[in-house]
Amino acid sequence: MAILLNAETRVVIQGITGREGTFHTQQMQALGTRVVGGVSPGKGGTTHLGVPVFDTVAQAVRDTGAQASGIFVPAPFAADAIMEAAAAGLSLVVCITEGIPIQDMIRVKAFLREYPGCRLVGPNCPGILTPGQAKIGIIPQRFASPGPVGVVSRSGTLTYETVAALTAAGLGQSSVVGIGGDPVLGLSFTDVIELFERDPETSHLALIGEIGGSDEEQAAERLRGSRLRSVAFISGRTAPEGKRMGHAGAIVSGNRGTARTKEEAFRAAGVPVAQTTDQIVEILARS
Amino acid sequence: MKLLEYQAKEVLASLGVPIPPGRVARTPEEAAAACADLGPVAVKAQVPVGGRGKAGGVKLARTPDEAEHAGSEIIGMDIKGHRVPLVYCEAALNIAREIYLGITVDRDRRANVVMLSARGGIDIEQVAEETPEAIARLYPDPWRGPLAFELNALVWDAQLGEHVRALVPLIGQLYRAVTEYDAMTAEINPLVVTGEGTLVAGDAKLETDDNAAFRHRDLELRYGGVVEGDPFEVEAKRRNLTYVSLDGDIGVIGNGAGLCMGTLDMVERAGGRAANFCDIGGGARAEVVENALAVILMNPKVRGVLINVFGGITRGDEVAKGLVKARDSLGMELPLVVRLSGTNEEEGREILKQHGITPGASGWEAAQKIVELTR
Repeated sequence: MAILLNAETRVVIQGITGREGTFHTQQMQALGTRVVGGVSPGKGGTTHLGVPVFDTVAQAVRDTGAQASGIFVPAPFAADAIMEAAAAGLSLVVCITEGIPIQDMIRVKAFLREYPGCRLVGPNCPGILTPGQAKIGIIPQRFASPGPVGVVSRSGTLTYETVAALTAAGLGQSSVVGIGGDPVLGLSFTDVIELFERDPETSHLALIGEIGGSDEEQAAERLRGSRLRSVAFISGRTAPEGKRMGHAGAIVSGNRGTARTKEEAFRAAGVPVAQTTDQIVEILARS
Repeated sequence: MKLLEYQAKEVLASLGVPIPPGRVARTPEEAAAACADLGPVAVKAQVPVGGRGKAGGVKLARTPDEAEHAGSEIIGMDIKGHRVPLVYCEAALNIAREIYLGITVDRDRRANVVMLSARGGIDIEQVAEETPEAIARLYPDPWRGPLAFELNALVWDAQLGEHVRALVPLIGQLYRAVTEYDAMTAEINPLVVTGEGTLVAGDAKLETDDNAAFRHRDLELRYGGVVEGDPFEVEAKRRNLTYVSLDGDIGVIGNGAGLCMGTLDMVERAGGRAANFCDIGGGARAEVVENALAVILMNPKVRGVLINVFGGITRGDEVAKGLVKARDSLGMELPLVVRLSGTNEEEGREILKQHGITPGASGWEAAQKIVELTR
């Protein structure tokens, strides 16, 4: 099993002909991901990396039966690319692009309410990897191995590091999901936990959070009493407080969102908190 | 981009928000001249942080002499690490009442929130904590913006019905800062009700989304050069680095924001203090590392540097060669500890050792080593 993505999933890559899109599509293909096509406006009808290129996502879906998309288009156009993918009927959209304006993403989130069957992962995320089967995004597969640990993270490199440490300790992963580091995101920690909870092949969970927002606090609540044997790690304990200007941010978030409040929330819910990535592995190996 | 008060007010005024007459002064003499024209003025330090009032950065001046004196005291003073480059002299207001009006991003709701309260002023955060119901909130649809009836309801919810005719259009004008300038925060606190019963922005905060800077080049051109920030941060920005100055003595470079934050945490746990946060992103290309090292070495407090690179797709030996080259071309002699992992990590560590750079097997081990070497 695995969540969201497996070797059967038909994937289309938006921005396949760009430098990043080309490089990472090759990596995805090398792992065995079923890339059925690409989208690059103006290059429809050509072939790239052995797959057909289309001008629009709708054409790609019609001709290839694509179910999921990976987005590698530049930030000014990425929000539109997400909405195009949802409107074309895809059920999974993974947006790797970083630097999308926050107002664009707020509009995208409102738009996606009309497409309840579409799940967005990201933006500004490393994507999804199901070891030994498939990936959409940029998570390096060489450090991963199949197994029972679900990994969900807001960070990129910290995720790779954790995956590598898990693999080195003989703990394989069911799926690795990078939900992204932006303030306005698609799937939240809680959404991904929900999926792992229902996946019979996932028995353990490593959650890698960061300061800011309160997604981690909500995830902690969700994990209370969960069957998943979990561990949480929060980075940014010593990060400087943003040099704040107005009061608006503080009114909205109060005193939530610090590393301390997040760690306390996990402990209160019975989830152990790791202080280093190595400890993530130690705690999971014991549980 | 964080705009200064006078810049925020210029932008908001262009959207129709009423502001008091005011003038920027770069010298005490200019402050005196502004007072001669405007009458009694508030002389206000222009810095991109809050809390300037408590730091002595706002003074009332009734005469040009007083304004000159206030200007000489405030210009050049330090407020939370920012040297005050100029003051804004603004006609003093006859304040009958202070309202709070702010728009920001509520990340938990993935939406914009408009907040309005009859209890404006400097204690608004306390109001939010103790009586959150005293702040009325509206989450407008991001595609169509707030509708008139929604704004009406917001004003009545905030128990400000007596000002509804003036407030509804004013909130709509402030909201244009979101749609037209990609404001992350647009705040008027206090929004002053004058003795004459009119509304005017007493103070204004405007922070725009750097990710959207590509569609607001005009703002950057008009206001980009005014704020004198931390010299290392300014230099880092010039070199396109993600860099934040901290107050310790160990320079830190990491690839990826999460890994970099995690590295700062480990340095502290090992008993050290980081001098900066510097995320060089994926890849760890040699020229980027060299740029990062160059900025870190500008800081005379730095006594050693820790580099934590998790090479996903990049090869460890190539990263190591790049690091050696960067160190040598900068003539760096301070202790340097590098944690390198990824493909060919063994070869990479061997290259580092041959060139006198201390490798660390894990981030934690590397953090302990750099703390030891800089003691």
